[in-house]
Amino acid sequence: MENKTSGNGSSAMKPLIPELIETGTGRKSPLWKRLLAQRHLQTMALLGVVWMIIFNYIPMYGLIISFKEYNIVKSIAEAPWVGLEHFREFFDDDELANVIRNTLGISLLKLFIGFPLPIVFALFLNEVRSLRFKKSIQTISYLPHFLSWVVLGGILATWLADVGIINNILLALNLIDKPISYLAEPSYFWTIIITSDIWKELGWSAIIYLAAIAGVSPEMYEAATIDGAGRFQKMWYVTLPAIKSTISILFILAVSGVLNSNFDQILVLRNSLNDSASNVIDYYIYYTGIVSSRFSYSTAVNLIKAVIALILLVIANQVSKKINDTSLF
Amino acid sequence: MFTLKRKTTGEAVFDIVNNLIMLCICFITLYPIWYVLVNAFNDGNDAMMGGIYWWPREFSLENFEAVFQSPGIMLAMGITVAKTVIGVAVHVLFTATVAYALSRRNLIGGKLYILLGTITMFFNGGLIPTFLLNRDLHLLDNFLVYIIPVMFSFFDLIIFMTFFREIPEGLEEAAWIDGANDWSILFRIVLPVSMPVVATIALFHGVYQWNDYFAGIIYINNPDLQPIQTYLFRVVAQSSSNQMMVAVQGSSVTKSVTSQSIKLATMVVTTLPIVFVYPFLQRYFVKGMMIGSIKG
Repeated sequence: MENKTSGNGSSAMKPLIPELIETGTGRKSPLWKRLLAQRHLQTMALLGVVWMIIFNYIPMYGLIISFKEYNIVKSIAEAPWVGLEHFREFFDDDELANVIRNTLGISLLKLFIGFPLPIVFALFLNEVRSLRFKKSIQTISYLPHFLSWVVLGGILATWLADVGIINNILLALNLIDKPISYLAEPSYFWTIIITSDIWKELGWSAIIYLAAIAGVSPEMYEAATIDGAGRFQKMWYVTLPAIKSTISILFILAVSGVLNSNFDQILVLRNSLNDSASNVIDYYIYYTGIVSSRFSYSTAVNLIKAVIALILLVIANQVSKKINDTSLF
Repeated sequence: MFTLKRKTTGEAVFDIVNNLIMLCICFITLYPIWYVLVNAFNDGNDAMMGGIYWWPREFSLENFEAVFQSPGIMLAMGITVAKTVIGVAVHVLFTATVAYALSRRNLIGGKLYILLGTITMFFNGGLIPTFLLNRDLHLLDNFLVYIIPVMFSFFDLIIFMTFFREIPEGLEEAAWIDGANDWSILFRIVLPVSMPVVATIALFHGVYQWNDYFAGIIYINNPDLQPIQTYLFRVVAQSSSNQMMVAVQGSSVTKSVTSQSIKLATMVVTTLPIVFVYPFLQRYFVKGMMIGSIKG
């Protein structure tokens, strides 16, 4: 325990803050005395610790049902052990290949299209000269983030309906000769997911980059101008390096989250007709667990996912540390 | 001589193109929402013919009247308002309290507490173990399931903690001389000077509470306890078009509304409050996002 308040001069004064009492004598008083002195602070901290034990750590203990045959009538401790049976069952499931394909397909598309776009948007928004115009665009670009996925699902259903605006336009242009039911066709599902995700989060994801860009000193730009740099060169040589570490950290998080689908989004837009393209691992866990009540099996699949995500996080972190000295931990 | 201010032709072209691109982005962002708005303000039967793109063809407020006269929709709105107001108050006060304790560097065991919390950001029990826990705590079909399992977030705690550590120590020391304890310092001194971060966390959690529909799906069977988003989800995702008409049956305006037009009006009503609030909190949440991204 280090204490920063025992600076020069203050040692002569009576300590003002009770839990700093030990610095007054230069020796540490017994632990119980120090705990008693900061009983209010300890109470505050323990409120959080107790909450975390109940709502975070008890569910972690609950993960052991992946190795058991849990059912409603017995408690978690009483349920019989079955070893790796649920894991084996998952790897034998015919749906496995499809689930992996959909999960990774959607996530990688989001990573390679959805991740860079906010950076590009921030770079170009930064070049807008009028401050008021820039602020207005920013405010407008945040708007979709505040819509719920349910509402956005309703908007998409309206747009993509047989008599919706998309079909009307394509019919009017003679590009199609009968309406397409986009949400009922698996082949359109990924496109709908990626596009709606970008539409909703483009402006919001750009906030962090814009804030980082705002920290670049104007002199850097002036110096670049004197050196004869054009707008694109300034973006490339001044702005981009300034936000490189922000990009790295967000990229680490994005890579480690590659098994996470946006479940709110998937659940709203999926249906039995597009299931072959929409069954991602999060939905599989939800369906087997909540809808079919196969608690142990669903938890086993969830555990596999969580462990892989953790490994990905560590790898992405190490790679980022090596390449550009930025890391999460 | 070379001057800094003069624009070259290339620069001027760049500015024009760039501004046009930005205007396009604004249009793409706003138009889908506008489309819903003008259709919601149009007579329901007339809207079925389509072709309403820019302005209502037959302006009508009957869709909104139907929404406000439906007891089911109004009850669900009430649940949403209640869970948002109570949820935000509890989440902010509880998380800030723990964060204040952890922000003090002399807290005995502080490192251990922070380690315990950090683990929860990267690993959790997942869907089923959490579901079983809430079931064992008798939170199924219980309003408190919207509040207690989300009243704390270690991620938000870090944002609070970072902010609290920047508060000048002199402020707190003056209160110590007056004999205040940690609780009164937190509530009378620390929180009042931390309004930017309180606003940020309140907005984040408020948006979550307002927009979440999943808790209502897995924990709530009683239709009287479902929030408006869950209500809408059941109508949108399950496309049971009759449900909306059943909801407004008995009201005086059923002749000119359709299930689709009521759905649009409900979407507008659920979304408007949040759309009006966020621009005023903008300057706060930008800073909150920054702290979160650096420390998270």
